[in-house]
Amino acid sequence: MNFSELIRSFPELTVTGITQGSIYALVALGYTLVYGVLRLINFAHSEVFMIGTFAALFTWGLFGLDSNTARPSLPVALLAIGAAIVIAALCSAATALFVEFIAYRPLRRRNAPPLAFLITAIGASFLLMEVVGTLTVRRPFGVPALLPAKPVIDIGGWRVTPTQLTTVLVAVVMMVGLDYYVQRTRAGRGIRAVAQDANTAALMGVNKGRVIALVFILGGLMAGVAAVFNDIKTGSTKFNVGFLLGLKAFSAAVLGGIGNLRGAALGGLLLGLVENYASALFGSNWRDFVAFVALIALLMFRPTGLLGESLGRARA
Amino acid sequence: MTELNDRGETLVELDKTDKRAPARRSDDKKPGVRARVRSAWGAPGRWFNGLPRPARWAVGVLGVVLLYLLPNKWFYEYLGIPLGSLYIPLYTTKTDMAGVLFYSSWIILLALGLNIVVGYAGLLDLGFFGFFAVGAYTVALLTSPESKLLTEYNWLKSPWPWLAAMPLAIAFAMLSGVLLGWPTLRLRGDYLAIVTLGFAEMIRIVAKQQDWILNGDRGIPEVAHPPGKNSDGTPIFLFDFRPYFWLVLTVIIMLVFLIRNLVRSRVGRAWVAIREDEDAAELMGVPVFRFKLWAFAMGAAIGGMSGGLWAGQANFVNSGTFSLENSILVLAAVLLGGAGNIAGAILGGFLVIYIPDWLRSVGDVFGLPESITVGGNTYDISVTSLRYAVFGVVLIVVMIFRPQGLWPNRRRAAEIEHRKKEMVVGG
Amino acid sequence: MDDELQPPPETGPPSEYARDRVPLLEVDNVTLRFGGVVALNQVNFTLYEHEILGLIGPNGAGKTTCFNAMTGVYTPTEGAIRFRGGNISGLLRHKITKLGIARTFQNIRLFPEMTALENVQVGADAHHRTSVPSALLRLPRHWQEEKDGRELADHLLEFVGIADRMHELSRNLPYGYQRRLEIARALATKPTLLCLDEPAAGFNPAEKEDLLQLIRRIRDTGVTVLLIEHDMRLVMGVTDRIVVLEFGRKIADGTPAEVGADPKVHAAYLGVPVDAA
Repeated sequence: MNFSELIRSFPELTVTGITQGSIYALVALGYTLVYGVLRLINFAHSEVFMIGTFAALFTWGLFGLDSNTARPSLPVALLAIGAAIVIAALCSAATALFVEFIAYRPLRRRNAPPLAFLITAIGASFLLMEVVGTLTVRRPFGVPALLPAKPVIDIGGWRVTPTQLTTVLVAVVMMVGLDYYVQRTRAGRGIRAVAQDANTAALMGVNKGRVIALVFILGGLMAGVAAVFNDIKTGSTKFNVGFLLGLKAFSAAVLGGIGNLRGAALGGLLLGLVENYASALFGSNWRDFVAFVALIALLMFRPTGLLGESLGRARA
Repeated sequence: MTELNDRGETLVELDKTDKRAPARRSDDKKPGVRARVRSAWGAPGRWFNGLPRPARWAVGVLGVVLLYLLPNKWFYEYLGIPLGSLYIPLYTTKTDMAGVLFYSSWIILLALGLNIVVGYAGLLDLGFFGFFAVGAYTVALLTSPESKLLTEYNWLKSPWPWLAAMPLAIAFAMLSGVLLGWPTLRLRGDYLAIVTLGFAEMIRIVAKQQDWILNGDRGIPEVAHPPGKNSDGTPIFLFDFRPYFWLVLTVIIMLVFLIRNLVRSRVGRAWVAIREDEDAAELMGVPVFRFKLWAFAMGAAIGGMSGGLWAGQANFVNSGTFSLENSILVLAAVLLGGAGNIAGAILGGFLVIYIPDWLRSVGDVFGLPESITVGGNTYDISVTSLRYAVFGVVLIVVMIFRPQGLWPNRRRAAEIEHRKKEMVVGG
Repeated sequence: MDDELQPPPETGPPSEYARDRVPLLEVDNVTLRFGGVVALNQVNFTLYEHEILGLIGPNGAGKTTCFNAMTGVYTPTEGAIRFRGGNISGLLRHKITKLGIARTFQNIRLFPEMTALENVQVGADAHHRTSVPSALLRLPRHWQEEKDGRELADHLLEFVGIADRMHELSRNLPYGYQRRLEIARALATKPTLLCLDEPAAGFNPAEKEDLLQLIRRIRDTGVTVLLIEHDMRLVMGVTDRIVVLEFGRKIADGTPAEVGADPKVHAAYLGVPVDAA
């Protein structure tokens, strides 16, 4: 185990970890929202994310930016990112709704057993992945250079690039916004009610169908934003980019306590950090491996995750 | 006893063992189309169960003989069935029939194993393929002349014959099943799912990175063919798929009998009890954890066996083979066919391989376009490329209209019907 | 209203079985906390061999919690539960069943997709030692235990009176049959102590009378019975002793006559303050 590397790069690893963790957190929120309300592992969420990455690319294409163009000026770059966020979020949300209407709603109407939902989720995932794969001839697509690489903050070994800064800032804003929405608005109350007791909520006048659609939309929006920043951070995307990221994000959601919004955020951040520290300690090849070991170890000692489960309360 | 379906029409549940079941009662309305289709679907099963014992054995043997005959070309010529035509959409044009049968047979083997874990005990294992990997790698390591156990570490003096490696492969797979299950089976269902998924990924990563023994992407070539070598050194099974198919088919048949033994015993009862109400089962004296572990171990053993068989045929094992999608494919096979049911697992395993392959050849036969050009970009939309997308659609459609699977256990079908009637508020 | 708490005239003297007073299960100063809620507060009583003990109290008194503690579902926060002198708190649930404590559930928890016979067979399996190897290879132990289990199941289904529908799925059985099936299943585990959680809920008077007879017959076979019930007539009619809980504490412990006359018990049910009684 390479402790010296860990100590030497600690600031860098921490910053990278928080950045990556923010992306995981946003996607994890989508998983945890759906699980909290429907008790369903939304396998297709990884593809919702993937579509967002391509939507962002498409948006930048509209700006005339692709992997070959030079970096635009800062105002243009920010505008392009902003536009991409909006469009990717909308596309992802639309995809999420599509999956809900095609794969889950018909099953709920027939009160199908939980395993059936898992299968349709898998089917929807395959479908989306393969269609996009065909359309993109299964090759990776480069992301245009947008933000300058020079660190914006550079204090005593702690360096933060513009990319990292914007990622974390936007992610925090989105998460706080979501928390506020769920805790303080009427719609959010509806979500919490349905998460706790769907039938009673319906009896109290909450429109279950609409709440469920809302939950998918919210998750999709989060994933779309994450997709934009994942594009910028990794510099490329491919039709199967959703798979591993989805798996990790879901693990993060479980880590924090599935169904618990703050838990998902915490889990995502934690996973990002642990991954990065582990890759210094054990070598970057083992990064994913360590992430899973951490998950299993945690679940053994705290079976309901770090903050426990509850969309109803969404509190630590 | 009679039940009403969701349109108020009478359905009859014929139960051979219940002498008090009334004969089919007619209703005022003629049973609708759906009821008749449902009844027709079950008819061969009911006919079969209605036969006296010797007759059932005869039909069974005939069926098995037929299966052994399937991959032979001369069989079709003998019957005068044109090859490559759509009349019998069995002999696909693009793939050797024997190959399809072989591939589906080892998926069937996997499905049988997973069926014990998911279908009987009700444990959501999404990483089942990891056990397959353990079995395949064990066989590869023990039998390949290029295996590092031989060349670098000198644990072996010479490569083992395939038959000798198999028991070890099964044992190791079983051990890994117990090791995985021990810490994780106390977790609730959904957590178990994600943990098992992580496990399979971990195995794949280890296989990819590991250089001191497993050889990563470069893999281990020249795995021995079953069942061993002739005296002149050439392998007994060559590159024809047929003997492999027969071997796996034999294993499947033996396994079906063994699984039936398990299911129709205290163990099977315990598994169903665990699946239906784990806490009540434990309070009734069922040692829940122990039997869950056994389910895992049995499933893992079968998975490992399947891996060893496959490695013997493919002769090459590397980390690329063990994608997570295969775990999911096997799960889909089990649930598509009907979980908790041996026949369902077999049917599901077969379809999961057969449908994408059939779709490949359908494209050819119908002359569907291979690609279209839109706006200067050429897209490959041949059915071959789209086959997994179509498969995804098939999964969705089947789950919507027949969530109990295509050939469900009578009980499961009844349970699902019952759930439909339980729909409460809101929808 | 007071009349309901008087034992009906037909009750005889306390059962001769309980005269031996051999302790079977001791609830020893048990306190059970769930987070901030104190469900059981220093509850202390003894169950003697061969008696029929009733556990009563108003809703929320902690009866089912106490029940669950006694059958191993919950572990006491303080205190201990002793069965035949040995501490059973914290033991694995299926081990407790093997020691000889069986139970039924307030809201029936049968295995819905198994037949009545199969449900009872699961109970009978509790003491069987067949495991995967024996089952796979069809060893003699498997055949012997299957035969024994089937015989026991047949006998018990007959004993509780539902043998005519033994091959039906348990969820299709009428309510009365389901309750009795639960009892048969519990008896199949060959218990020394049978705990019944509101076995008469939803029964009409005739069914309650049948149940009363069944409980007596169960005791006659040597099984000790613990009973939670709301129906006072039933409780007074069948039990030898009664323990009364209120708000997690024991407030009375004695024969039906004693308990029926106890003003604290009246107050607990009627909400009349003790000093105003």
